[in-house]
Amino acid sequence: MASASIQIGDDPLFLCALRRADDALILGHRLSEWCGHAPMLEEDMALANIALDLLGQARELYSYAAKVEGRGNDEDRLAYLRDERQYRNLLLLEQPNGDFARTMVRQLFYSAFADPYWRAMMNSSDPTLAAIAAKSEKESAYHLRHSSEWIIRLGDGTAESHRRAQEAIEHLWAFTGEMFEADAGERGLIDAGIAIDPASLREQWQSTVSAVLTEATLTQPTNPWMQQGGRGGRHSEHLGHLLAELQYTQRAFPGLTW
Amino acid sequence: MSTPNMALWEVFIRSRNGLAHKHVGSLHAPDATLALQAARDLYTRRGEGLSIWVVPSNAITASDPADKEMLFEPADSKIYRHPTFYDVPDEVGHM
Repeated sequence: MASASIQIGDDPLFLCALRRADDALILGHRLSEWCGHAPMLEEDMALANIALDLLGQARELYSYAAKVEGRGNDEDRLAYLRDERQYRNLLLLEQPNGDFARTMVRQLFYSAFADPYWRAMMNSSDPTLAAIAAKSEKESAYHLRHSSEWIIRLGDGTAESHRRAQEAIEHLWAFTGEMFEADAGERGLIDAGIAIDPASLREQWQSTVSAVLTEATLTQPTNPWMQQGGRGGRHSEHLGHLLAELQYTQRAFPGLTW
Repeated sequence: MSTPNMALWEVFIRSRNGLAHKHVGSLHAPDATLALQAARDLYTRRGEGLSIWVVPSNAITASDPADKEMLFEPADSKIYRHPTFYDVPDEVGHM
């Protein structure tokens, strides 16, 4: 017996929670791939901790999205029974871990956005989103500090760590523009005080990233072209492989519990 | 998971206000800032602490295990140093 895949609806509040849930789940899954493979034991634990923070955020957001949707789905069905085109995460977050520098640059780019995003969302007129934001902000503040400290040390470290960090920045830069997007549905939520405009965080994001890169003696790319698509379900080739691993057990043994 | 160029740090955690920092273990880190972060990630995952100290292990001067008899055995025969020879009135309660 195979489980049919879920098609998602277009309710703006549902999609708003789902996008953030997908961000947290996909990045959390990527970080979990480091478990047992990090360059040192201490960092292995740190990456797993961040992954678990994100997984916790994803669970709360999926549960709320399912409640808003009102179609009898739950956190597990939303995570395990959607195909890649039904996922709404940022392309940045599904990019493979690469080396440690690339993982940390990805974390810096996202955390420098997520931290002010959740801080602003604490004022959402939606009490559930405001409560999730209050919890997530403390976690993302630490993720930002952790990734910033590493980027400073990689950039201002050895010639090789500098080269790898700079390469990671060049590689991931084009995925950063997508964070500041909002579609028409989300714009309605922004006007209603439920969501915040991600574009309003661009300046703060830029100043956080610039400060870290400057201290790290790294260079910010000047290429203005930005890749988009994740928020609309158009993903890079990497998400399908990630979901195959993430969803395998539930797809092969529907409803399995342990 | 070799850790070249990584100094060893001792970690002390204070679990709540009024208590002393207690040694909980050690870790490797390249500098004090990352040692503090690693201590947070390794030793406060289950709500163990309100405050963390990290100290470079090489800053600790330790007694020589070979001196154990000279240093500590003389105290064994001086039980009068324990305040157990007094009758504590019941009214005092728990001291």
